[in-house]
Amino acid sequence: MANSNSTVDAVDDTGRRDFITVAAGAFAAIGLGPLVWPMLDQMNPDASALALGSVEIDLAPIDVGQAITIMWRGKPIFIRHRAEEEIQAADVTQISALPDRFARNLNLAEDAPAVDRNRAGEGHENWLVIIGICTHLGCIPRGQRVGDTKGEFGGWFCPCHGSHYDTAGRIRRGPAPRNMEVPPYKFLTDTRIKIG
Amino acid sequence: MAHKSNYVPQSAFEKWLDERLPVVRLMKDQFIDFPTPRNLNYWWTFGGILIFCLIAQMMTGIVLAMHYVANESMAFESIEHIMRNVNWGWLIRYTHAVGASMFFAAAYLHMFRGLYYGSYKAPREILWILGVVILLLMIATSFMGYSLPWGQMSFWAVTVITNLFSSFDSVIPGLGTRIVQWVWGGFSVGNPTLNRLFSLHYLLPFMIAGVVILHIWALHVPGNNNPTGIDVKRSSEAMPFHPYYTIKDGFALAVFAIVFAAFVFYAPNYLGHSDNYIPADPLVTPTHIVPEWYFLPFYAILRAIPSKLFGVIAMFGAIMVLFVVPWLDSSPIRSLRYRPMLKLFFWAFVVTCVALGYLGAMPPDGIYLLSARLGTFYYFAFFLVVLPVVGRIETPTQMPGSITEDIMSKERRRRAALEGGAPAGAPAAPEKR
Ligand code: HEM
Ligand code: FES
Repeated sequence: MANSNSTVDAVDDTGRRDFITVAAGAFAAIGLGPLVWPMLDQMNPDASALALGSVEIDLAPIDVGQAITIMWRGKPIFIRHRAEEEIQAADVTQISALPDRFARNLNLAEDAPAVDRNRAGEGHENWLVIIGICTHLGCIPRGQRVGDTKGEFGGWFCPCHGSHYDTAGRIRRGPAPRNMEVPPYKFLTDTRIKIG
Repeated sequence: MAHKSNYVPQSAFEKWLDERLPVVRLMKDQFIDFPTPRNLNYWWTFGGILIFCLIAQMMTGIVLAMHYVANESMAFESIEHIMRNVNWGWLIRYTHAVGASMFFAAAYLHMFRGLYYGSYKAPREILWILGVVILLLMIATSFMGYSLPWGQMSFWAVTVITNLFSSFDSVIPGLGTRIVQWVWGGFSVGNPTLNRLFSLHYLLPFMIAGVVILHIWALHVPGNNNPTGIDVKRSSEAMPFHPYYTIKDGFALAVFAIVFAAFVFYAPNYLGHSDNYIPADPLVTPTHIVPEWYFLPFYAILRAIPSKLFGVIAMFGAIMVLFVVPWLDSSPIRSLRYRPMLKLFFWAFVVTCVALGYLGAMPPDGIYLLSARLGTFYYFAFFLVVLPVVGRIETPTQMPGSITEDIMSKERRRRAALEGGAPAGAPAAPEKR
């Protein structure tokens, strides 16, 4: 084009073309997002997994010193009817002796300290309800059955990489970083709980 | 090595095809005429063996998938069904299971070969990096495959390995848990997990095949390295791939196949773990969970570190560090033949890898734990300290000027030995033959 200020035009034109390129790229990216998201989100827990809501358990048949394991959302829940000495042992343990100082109790605030009364509910100290999964890499600790090794702190012992838990399900030694979690639950009556 | 094409279409049809899709020309140039150094030893046969392994896994795998059911309540039984009812099912499954082990054995030897002869050095960095990518894909593939029988070891291996991601919780609280649940498709390892593992176990080998093509492409640009590590300088130092190396590779493959068959027919479960013949039980973890042998060194590294997050970082780091090996080694000399100091460190590294493999199968306490920590230390020190430092301080031994010179001086020494006492340097007269 025989234009006297063609150089100026060319510069303007490049600017416009850059803008169009960037704009087209941006719109493509915006368009791609909504296409990619369903592809990723489909892998998250689906409606049927979320629906596996809650279970109710009758505690009456569990004697002192006994423990049962039930399933909730595909996870084992340890329910232990603790003996007086076990509660005592957990109660006198100083917070400073714990590798993880938080209660990890889904019924309490996140920063609740890991004292025994924050692990087993107040007034129900004899019942300990925890998710029986080692917080290291997810093995099931031993200590539920009679004759199982309970580790050095009388609670549970994870054989996979050697984590010891105490009678409140708190990590005391080994590679596990956190106390075993307390699931959301409440007492419906004195001998009946609902988990979830 | 770019070389001139020797392909001459023989028929009108070949000529017609060659002008449209020169695929026959490509195959002839790359796999028949390809100029290959004449001094390659048997360590160079593992590449071909690995291609065989990949094809064997894909063929047996596709057949298994015709009978296998990826459902948590049926998977274990469908494997037993393959073993007992399906015609030749036992053979196909054992070949697939043993084949995974053979695949890794060949891959590890192939990699040690690369380390020893400096095949990762310029101009072969991309070739090496693609190899590490293949290793990562192989690890993912066999981990997923091992989950499919849904036995106790399958289940707990999946649980422990997927839980590795939960270590991100200590970086951003909640992130790790989100990732793990996304991987599981639930709140624990279950049916959705098994299904996706199967889907991906089917997919990844095809991705491996794709990267293998790139790997060979990256090989055929600079051409093969060789035991001297010296570049091919004259055309007489190379030979066409076929028939010389097709025969050599074929012979090595036959020997490899004998070992393979010995396992399949006489010790099919020797490399596996008997606990995987117990159906998965989400409520009971086996007392000793151990991965397959080819993961043991990495497992030992994971357990050697007393922190969860750093254990995971170290384990992945043990593979990631391989990516930068071409830039860690500071010496311009490729072959360890001429690097006496690094050679010692290299063999110590090989021993360390084997020792870590042993320690990965032992309980992580006492002397085992201590040794695993020392081994982990040396594993990383070899790459991060030894490779950069030794190249700067060692004095290499006298190198031959070329591949020809290397071959000739060996030949002279051999003849001298035959003739008894002729001076080593004296060239043998050709008429004495
Ligand atoms: C890179 C190549 C591959 C590797 C390293 C590999 C590895 C494995 C391993 C270690 C197992 C567990 C064997 C056992 O303990 O029983 C397995 C199982 C299985 N694989 Fe593969 N595999 C590969 C390719 C394939 C392909 C291409 C398919 C096609 C779909 C496939 C289908 C299966 C099936 C159906 C099973 C379950 C049956 C069984 O456990 O024997 N695999 N694989
Ligand atoms: S999973 Fe429990 S100690 Fe590792």
